[in-house]
Amino acid sequence: MSTYSAPLKDMRFVIKELIGIDDIAALPGCGEASADVVDAVLDEAAKFAQEVLDPLNVIGDKQGARLVDGKVVAPDGFAGAYKQFAEAGWNGLAGRPEYGGQGLPQIVAMPLQEIWSSANMAFCLCPMLTSGVFEALHVHGSPDLQKTYLPALTSGTWTGTMNLTEPQAGSDLSAVRTRAEPEGDHYRIHGTKIFITWGEHDMVENIIHLVLARTPGAPEGVKGISLFVVPKFLVKTDGSLGERNDIKCVSIEHKLGIHASPTCVLAYGDDKGAVGHLVGEKNRGLEYMFTMMNNARLGVGMEGVALSERAYQHALDYAKTRVQGRAIGQRSGDRVTIIHHPDVRRMLMSMRAQIEAMRALAYTAAAALDKAKHHPDDTERKNNQALVDFLTPIVKGWCTEQAVDVASTGVQIHGGMGYVEETGAAQYLRDARITTIYEGTTGIQANDLVGRKVAFEKGATAKAVIAAMRALDGELAPDAELAPIRASLAAGVNALEEATDWLVATYPADANAAAASAVPYLKLCGIVAGGWQMARAALIAQKQLAAQQGDTEFYSAKLVTAHFYAEHILPQAAALGHTVVKGAGSVLALEAAQF
Amino acid sequence: MKVLVTVKRVIDPYVKVRVKSDGSGVETANIKMTMNPFCEIAVEQAIRMKEAGVVSEIVVVSIGVQQCQETLRTAMAMGADRGILVETAGEVQPLAVAKVLKAIVDKESPKLVIMGKQAIDDDCNQSGQMLAALLGWPQSAFTSAIAVNGDAADVTREIDGGLEKLSIKLPAVVTADLRLNEPRYVTLPNIMKAKKKPLEVIKPEALGVDIAPRLVTLKVQEPPKRGSGVKVADVKELMAKLKTEAKVI
Repeated sequence: MSTYSAPLKDMRFVIKELIGIDDIAALPGCGEASADVVDAVLDEAAKFAQEVLDPLNVIGDKQGARLVDGKVVAPDGFAGAYKQFAEAGWNGLAGRPEYGGQGLPQIVAMPLQEIWSSANMAFCLCPMLTSGVFEALHVHGSPDLQKTYLPALTSGTWTGTMNLTEPQAGSDLSAVRTRAEPEGDHYRIHGTKIFITWGEHDMVENIIHLVLARTPGAPEGVKGISLFVVPKFLVKTDGSLGERNDIKCVSIEHKLGIHASPTCVLAYGDDKGAVGHLVGEKNRGLEYMFTMMNNARLGVGMEGVALSERAYQHALDYAKTRVQGRAIGQRSGDRVTIIHHPDVRRMLMSMRAQIEAMRALAYTAAAALDKAKHHPDDTERKNNQALVDFLTPIVKGWCTEQAVDVASTGVQIHGGMGYVEETGAAQYLRDARITTIYEGTTGIQANDLVGRKVAFEKGATAKAVIAAMRALDGELAPDAELAPIRASLAAGVNALEEATDWLVATYPADANAAAASAVPYLKLCGIVAGGWQMARAALIAQKQLAAQQGDTEFYSAKLVTAHFYAEHILPQAAALGHTVVKGAGSVLALEAAQF
Repeated sequence: MKVLVTVKRVIDPYVKVRVKSDGSGVETANIKMTMNPFCEIAVEQAIRMKEAGVVSEIVVVSIGVQQCQETLRTAMAMGADRGILVETAGEVQPLAVAKVLKAIVDKESPKLVIMGKQAIDDDCNQSGQMLAALLGWPQSAFTSAIAVNGDAADVTREIDGGLEKLSIKLPAVVTADLRLNEPRYVTLPNIMKAKKKPLEVIKPEALGVDIAPRLVTLKVQEPPKRGSGVKVADVKELMAKLKTEAKVI
């Protein structure tokens, strides 16, 4: 069994050299994120994750959360680890200083989320949802609600949940039926919510639920849904906890993965109705939910990177210790560890190359989020917001789809032992499997990308990104060693442009055809954007190597990995481009009855 | 009372150490470095004594390259009040370390010096004892418990075959053993605060200390690789092999 070791060298490379932390630290309100502070934060977070969270990952998977007499019991050790996590102040990393947070930017928060998720994804979901609730209340809640809930959600003494899904309302939230009846200064909530992550547990004294529900006479569909804050224990005016609210956890799901994270069915208002307070204005709940869902989607994309990294480390450890067969062409002599076999190498390189590309892209999106929020210049803010909007479904969709692939490759490297739970390789695959589903499936992400992002603005941001990719060509050109990377990126960008043009032209006339090509287009975007970042990384590595500066071993490995990406991953762009432009017809040609 | 704690920057214990190709030492470039674990225990002890109201100020000192500032920041993030780096470029051997520390002690006049019992890189286990000798102070090496009692400290030392309990007069030098305490995790707010704590950088020349090495390292090499084993038929054969081949008995 391997132990997690945060990939700090590559994380620092991306944060400092590829993105440039100094640029982010120079933004108003981001001054705390200086390079030395980021270094110290990464070191300490890595240590905490390695020593406290990682050892609980397998226990959490084997034991799982349990429902005992209506109470959810977290796996052994989780409550203690959560207490340590909150006491160390990690929960308030990106929280606002006025509520006790550290106000660090996303370029620090996202890498930390990678570290937590790699070490123990099921655990990490709890603080991740808490920060989502914080965000929603911070942006849309009344000063009263903020005062009541935000300090405890920052310190982590209370945790938060999101209650969207109902049995009949999954991806289609317009079908939400939960009712909210006005009563004095509050509402009484009645209904059943499912798939509530960490919806009930014994790690903290109070849980704050954000619940989508309909008020009497609200319009049908998405325009009639309001957002309510519903605490497990009512909070008195002096801040102390009062009566238990009318919320019950009636069951928890048996799932493929993330066993330690209780996925709850919550019954609201079996008795008198659960007391809830309206967040913001009536009927605007879904819109509010989406402000934080975009951040959460980037966060789930980050989980994809995190699980891929963990699966890679696990497989690498096995490949370096498992002795099997002689090196190819050797008929005698010692048997070798399987890392000496070319196909195992190929699998490891494929994992590594995709992880580095995904990490670079996800952190780039995080940096764009910081610029969109803090940049003093209006145009810069606007452009970066457009970039974040464009990249969010790509990071979410692509990084999670690849995570399933990468974790599966991790199992493959273990051979038969990978299929046996004992080696631990399968857990990452099982845990990764949810990431392409929750916070909007890959299909939902792709429709968002194609409809709301690309077609709606006639490909403007996509074209701007394509132009930035093309601008790299001139920098790559003088160096003959980078020629294969340059050629591969150019071909990928051409495929992306052709597909984007096709989508912009097709969507208004035939939205069905565009939707049929949406997921291949999303993957195409991810692969080419990843190739773009790897090419940028190769340029930096080459410059440093030429100047004989810094960690030459790291830079030469980065260069090889960028070549691998250009030769093995990026060429898939052409095939995906073909599918986008030519493939919609056969998707839709059969009648439903012919299936 | 004021406490002086020393911290050394060493190769992270989880990193596989590699010998430099020219045999002059071990590779430290681009390798993850961290605070020596025994020094961490020393810092933790000082913080616990401060939290208990016994100690009023904790000064951390490190000797070494500029990056030792990170190690001092970590100690300050744990809870130390201020840091002093005596910046040096080359190797500083235990006697030179003790001399530098004596100069700092003369300047700062702490009532107690807490050090790690040894550093995990060279495992010398000498600086604490040498410092006590240079200062003419009592010492308690390999300490697993300490309680200040007026002008003295009750200490427990881990010795061969058991524990030794002593009362030593202050000021004194104490070196920390593994069981003295379990160091805390640094908290995020304290990392942010540590950045603003004072950190003084001085050169050994300014202290009037000569840190030139007195010992010469001839060569550093990897331990021999373990060869494959053999099965022996009986105890007699085993004994014979241990005598004639392994030459260990």
